[in-house]
Amino acid sequence: MRTLRWFVLAVLFVLLVACGSREPEVLRLATTTSTADSGLLDAILPAFEEAYNARVDVVAVGTGQAISLGEAGDADVILVHARAREDAFVADGHGLYREDVMYNDFILVGLSTDPAGVQGMDSVTDALTLIAQNGAAFASRGDDSGTHTKELSLWEKAGVTPATDNGWYNSLGQGMGDTLTFANETGAYTLTDRATFLALQDNLPNLAIMVGGNSIAETGDTNLLNPYGVIPVNPDKEGINNDLAEDFVTWITSAETQTAIGEFGLEQYGQPLFYPDAGEQWAVNSNLDCSLLTVYCSFSARSELTRRFLDSELIHERFFR
Amino acid sequence: MDTLLRATTEAIRLLTGFDPALLAILGLTLRVTGGALVLAVLLGVPVGAWLGLRGRVPLAGCLLPLIYTGMGIPPVVAGLFVYLFLSNQGPLGDLHWLFTPNAMIMAQTLIALPLVVGLTLTAVQSVDPAIRLQVQSLGATQSQLTWTILGEARQGVLAAIVAAFGSIISEVGAVMLVGGNIEGQTRVLTTAIVLETRKGNFALALALGIVLLILAFLTNWLFYRVNSKQ
Repeated sequence: MRTLRWFVLAVLFVLLVACGSREPEVLRLATTTSTADSGLLDAILPAFEEAYNARVDVVAVGTGQAISLGEAGDADVILVHARAREDAFVADGHGLYREDVMYNDFILVGLSTDPAGVQGMDSVTDALTLIAQNGAAFASRGDDSGTHTKELSLWEKAGVTPATDNGWYNSLGQGMGDTLTFANETGAYTLTDRATFLALQDNLPNLAIMVGGNSIAETGDTNLLNPYGVIPVNPDKEGINNDLAEDFVTWITSAETQTAIGEFGLEQYGQPLFYPDAGEQWAVNSNLDCSLLTVYCSFSARSELTRRFLDSELIHERFFR
Repeated sequence: MDTLLRATTEAIRLLTGFDPALLAILGLTLRVTGGALVLAVLLGVPVGAWLGLRGRVPLAGCLLPLIYTGMGIPPVVAGLFVYLFLSNQGPLGDLHWLFTPNAMIMAQTLIALPLVVGLTLTAVQSVDPAIRLQVQSLGATQSQLTWTILGEARQGVLAAIVAAFGSIISEVGAVMLVGGNIEGQTRVLTTAIVLETRKGNFALALALGIVLLILAFLTNWLFYRVNSKQ
């Protein structure tokens, strides 16, 4: 009896030591709700956790808060989409560098009855101008998120100053799902990322896509593209796991993960939700922001410059070999 | 520590500067919470008193636990009920109240009502039964009796009102859901705090929290004065 007890204790001890030594490292990833809500992270992160014996704690918040978390040193790496603010984050010394990861696009959605008559327009800024002229209800995220930042930049390009006291502009201060629900209930137009709209479409019976086409390849406006970047947080802040953060950047920009990102959503929605674009230095110029796949998929309606790219060796190497 | 300090100065700046956006938010907070509290008291105190005065409550085995459960109803669930009723597809969809202050008042009333009923009931029940017999033997009508007993139980009734106030001034789930947190229309203090936190403006969020606490303190102080005067 006594020997048995010692034996059990010894086994427990060995197990404890064995487990202790294999305790996974923790990576704190601050990211936007779109990457988490669309299910992308759930699909790709297990591979990282296994390969690096790590556990990723995902904090899915608006881009504004994700960047604040990075600034405060409460995240090791951030994955967000608001290019100007990402660059400022790195320039201010909060982040080490920024790498392209992927992009998706925004679409303008609204009631299928389309009170402002914008459905099928190519240019999103023209559509916004028309909405403003008609005083048709518009729902804004109003939460300083990447989508909100994008929306404001589009209004600026359209030359419209939306204000909450003009009656048709509603600044909600809520997440994408809540904003879409609001639009569906009240018949407002809203700007959304395509991934979230596709994921929630079943619950939004009154809404239809107005501008942006049925897939990213059909979008007629490069202003709608939405690039995501990954930034390891500067390790001069306390408690930053920089090694793992850099591993994460290497991993998410690796060919294998990029393929996984490109395949995510194909089965369920018949189109990818995110298009990988790590390592495409030439796509950085904002005029050419529409990157490889878009260019490849829409031969027509593109400028001289894009045709030159189509003919370039890089494209041939990647798509026609 | 730095954030705390900035939050405090920010709160003082907001309050002393009579920031118009803050005043609008404050006004709506008072309107929604005040409206819901008045409704809950008007409905809840009579019901609670009636239930408390009846020797045997009908279906006591079911009703009382139901009220006590209602006292702990998660705000977001109360909000969800109201949302489904007021939604386009809901039975009250024609009112077009969703995402308006009316919807917020409805939801908060639903949260406050069980608290007022339950605590009033308990307060009335704990009044010395001898007083009741005495009043009845003096030939009081039912309404005179109710008023007298409520007067005796006023401490407990006030506690019910204070508890209901505290639970709805601080709740965020229901007003966010049915109000939509629309700037200038349905944004109240709690939803503004959530929003500023999400934006990463922690100092401003905390400043709004301090404003909320000051508001709650002033109201409770008022309740206290009313109570101690009697």
